[in-house]
Amino acid sequence: MDTPPELPARLARDLDGAFEELVRGHERLLYGLALRVVGNAHDAEEVAQDAFERAYHALAGYPPERVAAMRLRPWLARIALNLARNRLRRRTPPTRPLESADGEPLPLAAPAGGEPAAVAERRQDRELWVELLAGLPARYREAVVLRHVEDLPYAEVAEVLGQPVGTVKTHVHRGVRLLRVAFEARKETLAR
Amino acid sequence: MSGYDEPERWREMATGLRGLRPEPPPTLRPGVLERVGLADAWFSVGGPAGPLLVAYNGRGISATAPAGDEARFVAVFLARHRRPLRRAGEPPARLLAQLQRYMDPGARGAPPRFDLRGVSDFERDVLRKTAEIPRGEVRPYAWVAGEIGRPAAVRAVGGALNRNPVPVLIPCHRVVGSDGRLTGYAWGVPYKRTLLAAEGADPAELERLGHRTRYLGSDSTRVYCYPTCHNARRIGPAQRVAFRDANAAAAAGYRPCRRCRPPAAG
Repeated sequence: MDTPPELPARLARDLDGAFEELVRGHERLLYGLALRVVGNAHDAEEVAQDAFERAYHALAGYPPERVAAMRLRPWLARIALNLARNRLRRRTPPTRPLESADGEPLPLAAPAGGEPAAVAERRQDRELWVELLAGLPARYREAVVLRHVEDLPYAEVAEVLGQPVGTVKTHVHRGVRLLRVAFEARKETLAR
Repeated sequence: MSGYDEPERWREMATGLRGLRPEPPPTLRPGVLERVGLADAWFSVGGPAGPLLVAYNGRGISATAPAGDEARFVAVFLARHRRPLRRAGEPPARLLAQLQRYMDPGARGAPPRFDLRGVSDFERDVLRKTAEIPRGEVRPYAWVAGEIGRPAAVRAVGGALNRNPVPVLIPCHRVVGSDGRLTGYAWGVPYKRTLLAAEGADPAELERLGHRTRYLGSDSTRVYCYPTCHNARRIGPAQRVAFRDANAAAAAGYRPCRRCRPPAAG
């Protein structure tokens, strides 16, 4: 889901005409990133919408040459990340969530018997990774999410986080190592 | 380190992580487009002459229509504005409350923001001026034309009001013929009559007065007003003097009211 190469030029010429395509092309990234930071679907949707709204007004104010030369994906991700961090900071401590981190209602008991085994397995697998990621320190989690969930190249991750590539690589590696340890531990408990 | 399969282990992790890219909710994109004014949503609110359909986006209210034919409202909106219009998922609470206060005669609420893109500068001047006419009062087309500095553009004022994208909320129903007749209304003259009656203006009385009495004066203050002006309504029956035009009022030694600003003799 890379930014189509001609999109910045089209935005520079006709912001209103091209803006929906910008949203369409980046809503997964912004929503996914926000969800991993704020942890619930409602706030994540609002963060993503706020980010696009800010982007629109910023683009409307920039000279066309500047818009045409923009690297949209890291720019948008950075706006969303900052908004998500702010929201997390001013939020009151969470009570027990009624939704899983993917925005689906948490099962009150075991999943319904009718659920196909493969679906159930995939869902459980996802929830496991959501939980493991949520346990990482924020700086590692953000780096791992951008690199390995959203699949951004290191250079762009560095741009989003405003850090040197070397720092980002360190954070990704440490995050992955912590995840692996937690994953192994979990598998052992499950095996027993 | 026995049996430790690095690539296999990493593949498992990478697959798990990549499986975490959630599908954004279907409301996300329309919500963004509405916020920045590239799409609109509509809801229904109680109005002075029956329920009103109101379309809005992040820039303000963009259209109104009498409730009853939602499909037509959407079709007319699309043809005029060329933006998608959907029914609001949940009525926007703050805007709804603001509209209710604005339309409540007792509450004196502030007007909402309007999205008047696509309206010409002249039309915008006409609409702004019309929005100043107080509830329960009416002014002639010629008054609007004179107030915006285009005294010869009386017919164009009528055209601009006929294209008012937000009737009721911008009260084009408060603009009438110079003889008091309720000429022309995009939603039909009966609707205009109902609106004026609901606001406490008496349409039948306006039309009866109209062709002979354009202004009412008070012989104690020597000021003349439009008949529906707040000041004119306070003139006692014994002090009330009727004038058929500004020259007659001037000849009798009266000056125009500063509140409703009827034309001076000329």
